Amino acid sequence: MPTHPEKVYFFGTCLIDLCYPQAGLASMALLQREGIQVVYPQSQSCCGQPAYNAGFPEEAKKVARQQLKAFPKDYPIVVPSGSCGGMLKHHYPKLFADEPEAAEARRFASRVLELSEFLVKVLDVKLEDRGQPIRVTWHSSCSALREMRVIEYSKSLLRQLRNVELIELQRERECCGFGGTFSIKQPDISAAMVADKVMDIEQTRATRLLSGDCGCLMNIDGALRHRKIPIPAQHIAEFLLERVHG
Amino acid sequence: MAEAVVDFPRNFAQALNNQQLRRNLRVAMDTMGMRRRTLFADLEAFERLRVRGDAIRQRALSKLPELLEQLERKCTENGIQVHWAETPAEANQICLDIIQRHHATRVIKGKSMVSEEMHLNHFLAEHDIEALETDLGEYIIQLDHETPSHIIVPAIHKNRDQIARLFHEKIPNTPYTEVVEELNTIARQVLREKFYAGEVGVSGVNFAVAETGTLCLVENEGNGRMCTTAPPVHIAVMGLEKVVERLEDVPPLLRLLTGSATGQLITTYFNMITSPRQPGEKDGPREVHLVLLDNGRTKIWADPELRQTLKCIRCGACMNHCPVYTRLGGHAYGYVYPGPIGSILTPQLEGLENAGAMATASTFCGACEEVCPVKIPITAILRRLRTESYRQTAAPNAVKGHGCKRNLAESLAWQGWAFSNATPWLNALNATLLGLTGSHLSKLPQVGLLKRWGQSRALPPFASKSLHALAKEKGISDE
Amino acid sequence: MSNARTNILARLRAAAQEPAAIPETVSLPGEERGRADPVTQLKRLLENMHAEVLVTDRRSWIDTLKDALRPRGLNGLLYGPAGPLGPTLEANWDSGLPPLVGYTQEVEQCKERLFALDAGITSTKGAIADVGALILWPDVNEPRLLSLAPAIHIAVLEADKIYNSLADAMVRERWAEGMPTNALLISGPSKTADIELVLTFGVHGPKELIVLVLEAV
Repeated sequence: MPTHPEKVYFFGTCLIDLCYPQAGLASMALLQREGIQVVYPQSQSCCGQPAYNAGFPEEAKKVARQQLKAFPKDYPIVVPSGSCGGMLKHHYPKLFADEPEAAEARRFASRVLELSEFLVKVLDVKLEDRGQPIRVTWHSSCSALREMRVIEYSKSLLRQLRNVELIELQRERECCGFGGTFSIKQPDISAAMVADKVMDIEQTRATRLLSGDCGCLMNIDGALRHRKIPIPAQHIAEFLLERVHG
Repeated sequence: MAEAVVDFPRNFAQALNNQQLRRNLRVAMDTMGMRRRTLFADLEAFERLRVRGDAIRQRALSKLPELLEQLERKCTENGIQVHWAETPAEANQICLDIIQRHHATRVIKGKSMVSEEMHLNHFLAEHDIEALETDLGEYIIQLDHETPSHIIVPAIHKNRDQIARLFHEKIPNTPYTEVVEELNTIARQVLREKFYAGEVGVSGVNFAVAETGTLCLVENEGNGRMCTTAPPVHIAVMGLEKVVERLEDVPPLLRLLTGSATGQLITTYFNMITSPRQPGEKDGPREVHLVLLDNGRTKIWADPELRQTLKCIRCGACMNHCPVYTRLGGHAYGYVYPGPIGSILTPQLEGLENAGAMATASTFCGACEEVCPVKIPITAILRRLRTESYRQTAAPNAVKGHGCKRNLAESLAWQGWAFSNATPWLNALNATLLGLTGSHLSKLPQVGLLKRWGQSRALPPFASKSLHALAKEKGISDE
Repeated sequence: MSNARTNILARLRAAAQEPAAIPETVSLPGEERGRADPVTQLKRLLENMHAEVLVTDRRSWIDTLKDALRPRGLNGLLYGPAGPLGPTLEANWDSGLPPLVGYTQEVEQCKERLFALDAGITSTKGAIADVGALILWPDVNEPRLLSLAPAIHIAVLEADKIYNSLADAMVRERWAEGMPTNALLISGPSKTADIELVLTFGVHGPKELIVLVLEAV
């Protein structure tokens, strides 16, 4: 990976596209602040993971092929999600292992970086906190934790913010119960898992929940709102941008 | 012997609503996880060790037919009689024949998951043979006519009050006590009498060493040694994948097993049996039998990806760390092997049409793989099983019941999704439509997917403008 | 059931794949073990598992044993008269000690008695420092139940037979060239945690393990 590249691709993820576009804009703004030119290919869509995990790899492949086409140049691909990032980086090479695109998929995968990983590892960003004191807690998505292994990058960014107190969850390494189609195929188990996660969050007395993955956020935020618990859930990029703007 | 049809949704709902069970499990699984973490605190050393464990198991499986023949040859030389069974029914019959040949009616059993797979106790009972479980946890659940809910700690779903009541009601002249030491003493008294009255001992096998013809058993209580030492006949039942090539393969696997299972450096006893009582010896069984059970394992073995399922050394760590298992317990899965390993093994043994739902009971969080001492790619195999549930195929290694879930509605939905996501203009149109209508989702009748999501969560907030649209508005380059 | 054998092996042979690259299982450079003196390390680990460890020497171990047994008021000590400890025990036994009971008959003739005795004593083939376990190879002279049936198991270990690890013992003693009928590792008294994971000792096997470690004089 080149140090401080001039240009990067931004893969927005379908969930951010449809539900949390502000997280996407904030991510791109954070990159632009560092003098990076951001390219957002309009022909991108979804990484294909929903179908891949549900048992429809052929359909996943169709969608994945579209992403291979949408990001043709040799720029790093920055992804504001451990889960989608994991799909692009670790599963595309497997998905296309026996296809003509095998080599292309491997090259594509090698260019993928999760947002906080890129900000810390490649750009070595320094953030100045201009916000009021706040107590936050952090949810690690399973893919960010175990597949992309980028949680320490995310937390190191939060720790740069002097007015931000980060209270860690008791069971930070435990899944929130989203799991994509799992949440609708096994709604009862999923509900039990997110209920425990919500309890854990409440116990921190944090006033905001942060994460690097909008799938988990959609699940946990939905559960928080369902219970009328006034703890807003926010993607880390939006939070970081808010803090540096003050 | 097939299990009754398992009603997964009902089982899952019942388990989730059982608050006592949830509490018992949570405390127990947290404790087991903590003990394991303490033992394997040096993560780099653990990684080196499990890389080695993985390689040992892969090597053994790569030579499986040769090693099984070598094991048979060495065991026979040592005086151990080897039997082969393709099905549980055959394995049960082999055991019964041996027991009946000795006119025995009292069998004492050490812990064995393969014997659970065979439903051996039930089968023997039908032939008027008492098969008594002697592992404390197994004894407890046998008293209550239950099956193990965990492969290492079979009675973990019960707390001491429940066990106290059980002993008081089921064991004659037993006062009610919740003191764990006293409960142990009660069991010790009952079982010690059984040990010297037992006519045949049945055990499982943790590892079988082809090089020397040695059966290895790992245990803490001493009941396994009792069952394999005191009665005149010992029958060991074993899944045929448990063979390892060399004696030197045993120490790393043993360390991985005890550390992963219970966070122990080593168990109280590690029992290596190489032959029956030899001339001049004063004890030990006069006959040792080894029953090698296939029950679908050779079919699993034939596929290079699925074969990895057979690396399992049955430590149970995947269960202890699984967010689904720790909320359901083992019984909800409805089959002998629960949790992540059960969810990949059972559908392969029983067919996707019966047990395929187990493969959907995972978020792919990967906690199981992180702790697996032999690096079984559990999520990849779960994904494969989900795929095969929808895919009818002529491939020779296809999982039993492949294509059982194929249905037009789901296929069309995913095809439509794929078409939209692979067609930029259509994707943009859909985003616009969702932006216009998404905020009205909550006004729609809450059925189907909406209901499943919405019963415990507020609906996701669809944005009025997609990121695609906003990026274009902000003039972000599209190159 | 020889059909089963044929069918199973035929299925495996038919499906046999090109051997994939199997990573070689190289030995690990120095398995995790402290630099502590082996006796100290073994003692610490065995005591953690509720064994009682008495460090003594080759000359006075019999006195250490007698001192340990005298106050306990046991109903007998099971031993192997033809085993390595037999002559020393017989030559030095005196009144006030639990009577010596030789394990000389086949188990079928003495089963109830074995299970009723308070203590049994065995030699050991060595011990393993990195996990804290004794190695026993029961044989004609010291049968298997000696270390299992009585309520207390006393094991006599020579300090110079402590190996670093199980692998170390296996290699140095060439176990693979001839395994005994039964080989055991024992790391403490019998225990269980099957009820609420509460660790309790003495469930089926011995309730106590007493280890005499004999150092050179």
